[in-house]
Amino acid sequence: MARKLSLRIWRGNQADGGLQNVTVDANEGEVVLDVIHRVQAEQMNDLAVRWNCKAGKCGSCSVEINGKPRLACMTQVSSFGDEETITITPLRAFPVIKDLVTDVSFNYKKAMEIPAFEPPVGMKPGEPRMQQIDVERSQEFRKCIECFLCQDTCHVIRDHEENKKSFAGPRFFIRIAELDMHPLDILRNRKKTAQEEHGLGMCNITKCCTEVCPEHIRITDNAIIPMKERVVDEKYDPLRWLGSKIRKREGML
Amino acid sequence: MTNSLERHKYDILVIGAGGAGLRAAVEAREAGLSVAIICKSLFGKAHTVMAEGGAAASMGNVNDNDNWMVHFRDTMRGGKFLNHYRMAELHAKEAPDRIWELEMWGALFDRTSEGKISQRNFGGHEYPRLAHVGDRTGLELIRTMQQRIVALQQKDAREHGDAESHIKVFAELTITDILKENGKVAGAYGYRRENGADVLFEAPAVILATGGVGKTFKITSNSWEGTGDGHALALKAGANLVDMEFLQFHPTGMVWPPSVRGILVTESVRGEGGILTNTDGERFMFKYIPDVFKDKYADNEAEADRWYTDQDNNRRPPELLPRDEVARAINSEVKAGRGTEHGGVFLDVSKRLSAEIIKKRLPSMWHQFFELAGVDITKEAMEVGPTCHYVMGGVEVDPDTAAAVGVDGLFAAGEVAGGMHGSNRLGGNSLTDLLVFGRRAGVGAAEYVRKNPANPVSDASIAKAADRVQAPFTRSGGENPYALHQELQEVTHNLVGIIRTRNEIQSAIEQIADIRRRSTNVSVSGDRQFNPGFHLAFDLDNMLLIAESTAKSAIVREESRGGHTRDDFPGMNMQWRQKNNIASFDGTQVNVRQQPLPVLPKELFDLFDPHELEKYMTAVEMAKGGSN
Repeated sequence: MARKLSLRIWRGNQADGGLQNVTVDANEGEVVLDVIHRVQAEQMNDLAVRWNCKAGKCGSCSVEINGKPRLACMTQVSSFGDEETITITPLRAFPVIKDLVTDVSFNYKKAMEIPAFEPPVGMKPGEPRMQQIDVERSQEFRKCIECFLCQDTCHVIRDHEENKKSFAGPRFFIRIAELDMHPLDILRNRKKTAQEEHGLGMCNITKCCTEVCPEHIRITDNAIIPMKERVVDEKYDPLRWLGSKIRKREGML
Repeated sequence: MTNSLERHKYDILVIGAGGAGLRAAVEAREAGLSVAIICKSLFGKAHTVMAEGGAAASMGNVNDNDNWMVHFRDTMRGGKFLNHYRMAELHAKEAPDRIWELEMWGALFDRTSEGKISQRNFGGHEYPRLAHVGDRTGLELIRTMQQRIVALQQKDAREHGDAESHIKVFAELTITDILKENGKVAGAYGYRRENGADVLFEAPAVILATGGVGKTFKITSNSWEGTGDGHALALKAGANLVDMEFLQFHPTGMVWPPSVRGILVTESVRGEGGILTNTDGERFMFKYIPDVFKDKYADNEAEADRWYTDQDNNRRPPELLPRDEVARAINSEVKAGRGTEHGGVFLDVSKRLSAEIIKKRLPSMWHQFFELAGVDITKEAMEVGPTCHYVMGGVEVDPDTAAAVGVDGLFAAGEVAGGMHGSNRLGGNSLTDLLVFGRRAGVGAAEYVRKNPANPVSDASIAKAADRVQAPFTRSGGENPYALHQELQEVTHNLVGIIRTRNEIQSAIEQIADIRRRSTNVSVSGDRQFNPGFHLAFDLDNMLLIAESTAKSAIVREESRGGHTRDDFPGMNMQWRQKNNIASFDGTQVNVRQQPLPVLPKELFDLFDPHELEKYMTAVEMAKGGSN
């Protein structure tokens, strides 16, 4: 049952750090988080790793496994070869705090910059009527567990620290798309601000975010591309432009 | 230490950032007060996300026979009439408003064909009652509350120039002590997990919303955070814990592979038509319908199957009995040798629903089994068995204000509070419990603060709290906190688990006391920066107090009811139904005494068929017919 597993775990902090080799028992069916915990309990009591539900629902245990952004709780040890050494490192796009734990406060700052949901004025609780088909588009984006793997993998910020100021990242593009497609939300300028204030234009649709999403949200196809297309439509189609000025007051609410 | 101490002053301190804590914070902010929210994890990661099935509220969107009185009756029945009636009443009356309000904050529940919020069936609920979003309702709730907090902060930024002027979220911070001065709450002390730095909060009111205690047990659906912090903080501050013997073992946790043992399999699987079978292929639940439920549950497969399409003319399938009944039934089947090789039974939804519908209604279950167990639930049965899921016991509170009995300035809401669910909680009642009593705690604390302004913390209290945080580092060569935690989990699992007897509980009490003695010598390696060993040292202290409260309450309650099953006292005892166990802490050990359960007033008593009440109440109680 149990087998010996070779791990390389990044240990250190802002000042200094490096990969450490460790050998640990792995049992049938275990995930990478299980073996990290075994290392912690038996060999490195102060090894820092963030985790919570251990069921792929809270999005806390995001790390990079053999260089790929993954949830440690949803990565089976058996998905690696018997002789393979598994390398576990902290998320690269964010500053390290200690070992496998990074400072993800960037994401909470970006969340604060996106205007909140705004229901129709005068609508009372219990009044909304919406069809299932109309809520499903936004529901897909509300599956997001905020693991921030999409943020970590996105090369716009992964490789370019300077872009962080003007780029909200895939997690927040789906947040904007969710609100934009929300049947009750009355803010009309969400696509426009996505483009002008949150850096939607910097995304060049390589779909890396969609690939790493543990919830399988089609970030690029269902959120980013439709928003990009409509921003373009509204900018360059004179009839639409006129319509928006007359009816929707795009950008005014 | 104190000269570099990080200090904060707020009107209200909310400890815990799950559904109850965030709802309390929203209410306190809307009352015009300043609020600090403490999360042990990152903001938005609370255990509330694990709630899958839904939030019970008698909106009557799917069956318009539903109303608060039916919901109240179901809740009392589910709790075997040990609930604090007033909490169950407030919960049933206010739950619909709390759900509708979430929609105004952006929540998107699944819809009925009329466009209303859809409601699903669940164990113990007479009508389809659970508002839901697929099987990720808890995530929807936490995200909606999180985004509501952000919306209020954005408003503060516009109006006060600072997003954190009135609400500040302190992520990854652990509270180690509630501080009191002059007999009243004055604040709390803790440390930042990130760097281990000490933090002092001065606040005249503290709301505990710390959730449950599952990590005290070996097999649990709870995350690492469920270490009973609020329960223990309350005990140490002089509050009482009511009925700590009642723990809910959710009947369906995963049992294989070992690394996922305990992870929850939502009750919605049964609500959507999943059936339970043993290795003989027998649909065994028909054998386990207790007398008190015989008129509500089908005793044959044909009727049970018809119920899914015609609920008015058929009784419910027994898979939808309250959780305590199903958990005991599974336990009995496995003990009788009709369980799987991994100690579970089969739960199958593939025969009743198409693959497409399963993936739509139970997406995260499909995902969870496919990725963690290699099982495709659209084709195969799941293997399931009981897992420690929820603690019904908790801080004794005043139902209307959520104020903790005995400690001025302390409030408690959600799983950390006791009384609402009696001896057994119905699925779906926890999410609305969080909202109803989270809001009430916010109102209660705001009213308290208006009459009781700041109560400064003394230097002596600060020094004492600081010493306690530093203590694990001053020892060396002491006990390993990980090893002690594992030892505690073995004791609770084996001796105060799903089935209990006097001798085993007595042995547990002795072993827990021994672990507690040794835990005073816990030492920690490394430094204060994000050090899980250091964190566990404090969590362990809390879990030991909880385990002691549970064992000492369990040994005196000589009956079986809800989440407390005694092999040596297998039936319900009407005398015990009239008593709550009250645990308190004298600084050295936990003591348990009995207190009369508040009696149903006549108007609530009269909501029930007397023949049903006769099954739970003595002739004297029946003759009295309510308290007024």
